[in-house]
Amino acid sequence: MTKQLMSGNEAVARGAWEAGVAFASAYPGTPSTEILENVGTYKEIVAEWAPNEKVAMEAAIGASMGGVRSMAAMKHVGLNVAADPIFTFAYMGVSGGMVFVTADDPGMHSSQNEQDNRNYAPFIKIPMLEPSDSQEAKDMFRDAFDLSERFDTPVMFRMTTRVCHSKSLVEPGERYPFAAIPYVKNRAKFDDVPIAAKRNRLKMPERDRRLLALSNDCKYNRAEYSGSRKVGIVTSGVSYQYAKEVFGDAVSYLKLGLTNPLPIDLIREFRARVETMYVIEELDPYMENQIKAAGIDCIGKEKIPAIDELNPNIIRKALLGEEARGVQGDPKLVVPRPPALCAGCPHRGFFYEAAKRKDTVIVGDIGCYALSGNEPLNAKDLANCMGSAFSVGHGLSKAFALSGQDKTVVACMGDSTFFHTGINALEEVIYNDSHLICCVLDNRITGMTGHQENPGTGYTLKGEPATIMDVGTIVRALGLERVRTVNPLHLDEMKKALDWAYTEVREGPVVLITRWPCVLKRLSAEDRREFRMTPAQCTIDRKKCIGCKKCLSTGCPALSFDTCERKAAIDPMQCVGCTVCAQVCPQQAIVKGAKKA
Amino acid sequence: MKRPDTQSVILVGVGGQGTILASKVLTTGLIDAGYDVKMSEVHGMSQRGGSVTTQVRYGQKVWSPLIGQGEADVLVSFETMEAMRCLPFLKPGGKVIVNTYRMPPLPVLSGECEYPDGIVDELKKRADTLAIDAVKIASDLGMPRGMNVVLLGALISAIGVDGADWTQALRGCVKPKFFEDNLRCLEAGLNLAAAKA
Repeated sequence: MTKQLMSGNEAVARGAWEAGVAFASAYPGTPSTEILENVGTYKEIVAEWAPNEKVAMEAAIGASMGGVRSMAAMKHVGLNVAADPIFTFAYMGVSGGMVFVTADDPGMHSSQNEQDNRNYAPFIKIPMLEPSDSQEAKDMFRDAFDLSERFDTPVMFRMTTRVCHSKSLVEPGERYPFAAIPYVKNRAKFDDVPIAAKRNRLKMPERDRRLLALSNDCKYNRAEYSGSRKVGIVTSGVSYQYAKEVFGDAVSYLKLGLTNPLPIDLIREFRARVETMYVIEELDPYMENQIKAAGIDCIGKEKIPAIDELNPNIIRKALLGEEARGVQGDPKLVVPRPPALCAGCPHRGFFYEAAKRKDTVIVGDIGCYALSGNEPLNAKDLANCMGSAFSVGHGLSKAFALSGQDKTVVACMGDSTFFHTGINALEEVIYNDSHLICCVLDNRITGMTGHQENPGTGYTLKGEPATIMDVGTIVRALGLERVRTVNPLHLDEMKKALDWAYTEVREGPVVLITRWPCVLKRLSAEDRREFRMTPAQCTIDRKKCIGCKKCLSTGCPALSFDTCERKAAIDPMQCVGCTVCAQVCPQQAIVKGAKKA
Repeated sequence: MKRPDTQSVILVGVGGQGTILASKVLTTGLIDAGYDVKMSEVHGMSQRGGSVTTQVRYGQKVWSPLIGQGEADVLVSFETMEAMRCLPFLKPGGKVIVNTYRMPPLPVLSGECEYPDGIVDELKKRADTLAIDAVKIASDLGMPRGMNVVLLGALISAIGVDGADWTQALRGCVKPKFFEDNLRCLEAGLNLAAAKA
């Protein structure tokens, strides 16, 4: 087969197929999302969206116990959610090979932190592979399953944004005909009662020793002495590509792909052959600390920053003192282009009304609605991690009650986030009875990562029909009757629902569900039955417009202000006719009517 | 110590403008011509409206998928102001291809600030710049959305790749029913840059 240009994520999916993987699960999260989307295109693999990463990991563990090759994928913060089962599975070992991907996000392109998940590998005590481009991502992922079965261990596959989302050439291979291993009851291995766990724990140092021997002698850990031996560079992942970009063949490299356990003997040998040894790694001094602890002299974070995504320019500046300068222009000719909620986004109505409330703290969560903190909506006060809005809001409202601060807490999250871990948080709120307004912003899809199905949408990753779980029914099943569903595009309705919630919350927790599909969503048959919006645009009667800019306070990117004529205008290319702007106009100057072209 | 044979192209625009499709045609043609190719997408948090950058590097052997400041041989901007934002990525002596199409960002839409004037003049002052009204050219050909392919044509002409079949590359990347229209846009772009050269 000819070489194809593939992203690292596409390459991992291909590697999974070639390895004979039969089961794959994930929760979407940038930069890992496309892994499962691509795995899903292979008909031989059962590929599923799980409600969260812990569940995805557990399903993959179960599939491995059942004797097939399995995988799970997640972004870096997802591994925090999935950490519990994997620590224990590391004690048990596998039946069918099991590999999970953690896709880190140095530089926080689309994440709330930039944790270096390499630190997890020695903590969990399992082998870790780090590819540096798409070809390696495919080959290493395929080989990781052999490693998993040979050493009876789950394998951690660590990628970063630049490996996940950059494309390079890949030579595809054939699918390995993996036959399922028949299930045999084995409590000593898989039943994690203390007596079994203690025995399994004792086996692990021996596995570590065998893995270390492999690490010191494996094709993914190799020295390149083509250049001068004055400088030697120890590196892994995409940092290898950056180092090669800067130094080419002029220096020697120790390029590491299997980075837990770290091949200390190999590093020591490399050190003896070069005059000065640098460690070039992104984020934490993960390798450097272990190298220095082994008494091997090297230069690392003294020169290379430990914060933000690395690139060739940073390395060039740090090690060669060369600073690149491109063409400079007049900075006055650039204004910021901040991201915005889309024209017609159903979250806009909710935030517009919620932000007007006095003495209110709005707790946000992880999704498109994270943008609600920006001007002009200026609604969200704070947010922590996915699924945390209700539980953080719970603590906040308890603190306000304890300290006599008269504030209402409104916590909000999306439908996918509710199914992720928000549902657990709601249990906390209801059980411990805080005076909190919990809002589920149900746009009928997982919006921010690009429209993945979830337990509420009625379809699976493969596009098969699924049971639709209804948020309101779930809330009532948890025992809470103070729940109401509202169309957030109708501001009057939204306002009344909030009035109701502000009254009811004196009695205890309240759940408000705003329900309208994401404006970019391809409507399903169920959506078309439930949601009716005539495809028309809003227009502004320029005679009536007094230039008060009230409509602009909704932050819709289809609206603009003509500073010469001092009138508002609507871009017909973007407007979907949601009418939120029309509803806030004090002059009734905005009308819906013109058919969308 | 940058390998002299590696060329770097940076394509920038606003989400929804078709930069990704243009990059796909570009990389397809480059791969068919026998180059090693790496491509990196840098996109922001929102589905629509944010800046989108695609970086394409090609040569005998490409290492880094990222283009640093001062390293791009060509900068193609699908939106006028985004060219200014990305200008520091252009190496001194590099080439700019800029669409004269403006998409005002939120602070401009809300009347907080004005869309800056004189961007094309400033670009011309700083670099070898080809300014194209790609929307007009594509509209005249009956396909306003084909402006991305007009700009792609201009880019291909500027980088001068030998041995690539761009018609085939385009055919592999667009739906058959849009192929003929897109091909006219591509040819218009190719001729345009050639005429100005």
